[in-house]
Amino acid sequence: MSSLNLSHLDQLESEAIFIFREVAAQFEKPVILFSGGKDSITMVHLARKAFWPAKVPFPLLHIDTGHNFPEALEFRDNLAEKYGVTLDIGLVQDSIDKGTAREEKGLNPSRNSLQSITLLEKLEEGGYDAAFGGGRRDEEKARAKERFFSHRDDFGQWDPKNQRPELWNLYNGKKAVGESFRIFPISNWTEMDVWQYIKKEKIDLPSIYFSHKRSVVNRGGVWIAESPYNTLLEKESYEERVIRYRTLGCMTITGAIESSASTLDDIIEEVAAARQTERGNRADDKRSEAAMEDRKKQGYF
Amino acid sequence: MDMDLLRFTTAGSVDDGKSTLIGRLMYDTKSIFEDQIDAIEESSKNRGDEHVNLALLTDGLKAEREQGITIDVAYRYFATPKRKFIIADTPGHIQYTRNMVTGASTANLAIILIDARKGVIEQTKRHSFIASLLQIKHVIVCINKMDLVDYSEEVFENIKNEYLGFDAKLEIPDIRFIPISALHGDNVVDRSKNMDWYQGPSLLWTLENVQIASDRNFIDSRMPVQWVIRPQSDKYHDFRGFAGTINGGVFRKGEEVVVLPSGFTSKIKSIETMNGQLNEAYAPMSIALTLEDEIDISRGDMIAKPNNQPKSSQDIEIMVCWLNTNALKLGSKYTVKHTTNEAKCIIKDVRYKVNVNTLEKIEGVDGLEVNDIGRIQIKTAKPLFYDPYMKNRNTGSVILIDEFTNETVGAGMII
Ligand SMILES: Nc1nc2c(ncn2[C@@H]2O[C@H](COP(=O)(O)OP(=O)(O)OP(=O)(O)O)[C@@H](O)[C@H]2O)c(=O)[nH]1
Ligand SMILES: [Mg+2]
Repeated sequence: MSSLNLSHLDQLESEAIFIFREVAAQFEKPVILFSGGKDSITMVHLARKAFWPAKVPFPLLHIDTGHNFPEALEFRDNLAEKYGVTLDIGLVQDSIDKGTAREEKGLNPSRNSLQSITLLEKLEEGGYDAAFGGGRRDEEKARAKERFFSHRDDFGQWDPKNQRPELWNLYNGKKAVGESFRIFPISNWTEMDVWQYIKKEKIDLPSIYFSHKRSVVNRGGVWIAESPYNTLLEKESYEERVIRYRTLGCMTITGAIESSASTLDDIIEEVAAARQTERGNRADDKRSEAAMEDRKKQGYF
Repeated sequence: MDMDLLRFTTAGSVDDGKSTLIGRLMYDTKSIFEDQIDAIEESSKNRGDEHVNLALLTDGLKAEREQGITIDVAYRYFATPKRKFIIADTPGHIQYTRNMVTGASTANLAIILIDARKGVIEQTKRHSFIASLLQIKHVIVCINKMDLVDYSEEVFENIKNEYLGFDAKLEIPDIRFIPISALHGDNVVDRSKNMDWYQGPSLLWTLENVQIASDRNFIDSRMPVQWVIRPQSDKYHDFRGFAGTINGGVFRKGEEVVVLPSGFTSKIKSIETMNGQLNEAYAPMSIALTLEDEIDISRGDMIAKPNNQPKSSQDIEIMVCWLNTNALKLGSKYTVKHTTNEAKCIIKDVRYKVNVNTLEKIEGVDGLEVNDIGRIQIKTAKPLFYDPYMKNRNTGSVILIDEFTNETVGAGMII
């Protein structure tokens, strides 16, 4: 009976599809947090598979820092239109204008930590009771502790010391009014799994994941792209480099890597040989040992 | 590109070296990135640890690092050319047994660690018993910290025999023993030079070569209906797909199926996926079935074969691990979740509780405290369609949910 064997990618896919369907059944108003990165694009693909030939029964929610790669925004809009999903956008700028979020000081403020505020406001405004995130346990040590169904109190906070047991494939989404869940359907995927799956399923990605020429500045060993949101510091200057991105985030802090990988096969080879984690060049995780855990406790996905 | 997948869990008492072992395994297979190593080297230095503390690789929460213990499961991943691994590194502390059960519930294999200086203790027995209840078919007992007992064969043999004495009462078909030092790497990835007397393979070799394919159930075909797909489009106007994940056996196009609880039968018209139709689907695939006849089917129903149906009953016998400080009490009510189905239930009887040290049954109790394991009988408000857990982990498992706090309070295995 060895022919009835599912490969690891097929098993991971099946697990994610199960989660999507389970959430559709257990919650009133779920939403997919869409960052524009490869993990959220993969999530949308899995959601389509879960409900095909019907449409994905959830909207997408993008928390827009205002510091986006234009390529990612264009890709986002096309994707929503192509698959007929509603796109809801939460602007960090709106929270800043309202006074609920405050811009960091300094020349090149990151808006990553402000995202949590806008996110919580949007979740409440939209009445969303479950939000899918593309977080993976292999990304970061606090994420390694996440459940698939991650319970949040009525302030959107995560209590890592007191998570619900999560047994077999029996997911408990019960909650009191005001509480909500974060759902991580690709918890068990590694960066390599995502790339292999993208290749296997021929999933389209924004062009910035592939090698291209870009004007960048080296700041603390990280290549930061030229953009209206970046101000050069003393003695800094832009230069042309052949680069690509391993993750997408706020333009002011997401570092590029020098790479000539221009196809999925090249990227898979590069990921296999990588000696740094993909978040290794994200300044937001480097701020302190428990940076991610602290942000998650406050409601970050 | 496509690889075989093995899910394993660690188990054993607090400080036996589970997290260190996982760190060592990943370090020696070069599965740790440079920035991760730099980060744990720095943390180790700041903490004043003598060695690079490999446990920090999985003990990622602030509270865990402060106390030097694992509180919740950490999931880690690595691959060798032979296999891909999903690791659940679980806590040894009795207070966090619920998290150990969480990590172990989806594992194919458990690594049970024993501190060579301490031998088999109550928590070793509790975790071994839980692993056997969970029907984890493969157990590797690693006698750890051999460096602290001069790599002594006698110590190893004594602990092995002690464990085998206890294990005779458990139902674990495949048990192996390996003497290791998680701290120094002996017998973890490579064979140790300090223990010539040990002729067996290293831990990694064992993990790569354990046969797990035959653990799955290909006979009893089951698919709990999870969601009904009804596209609102002209092209698929009449499409009604019963979506679910196959929990056992095989379903083929054209075959006759029965739907419970209605008992109606029909034939499989098609097996649908976005990538195209299939001729057969088997566990654990997620698919959608369409049927020849229009019958009423909704979430929580079970699709099976007419000549091989699950049991259907409202009186169900369960072995339960109690996970909550609110004790289980005779006569109290819970929500039971089983496959995609759920129902109210009442605790009809507490048959006995198990003394995990001796595995003796303690009768005449009327409740179960946190971390207790015992046998109960529940009555459900409607029938469940189930198999004994021994036959099928998916259709044989339940959780009990507290109706007031919404917490998952019990992990149950149907007898
Ligand atoms: N000498 C020696 N020390 C070890 C060995 N393995 C682990 N240790 C030490 O034992 C202590 C506990 O190790 P951990 O890996 O945190 O133990 P654990 O089993 O994960 O503990 P919990 O998760 O809290 O149950 C640490 O100080 C380790 O350095 C070993 O093989 N030899
Ligand atoms: Mg540990």
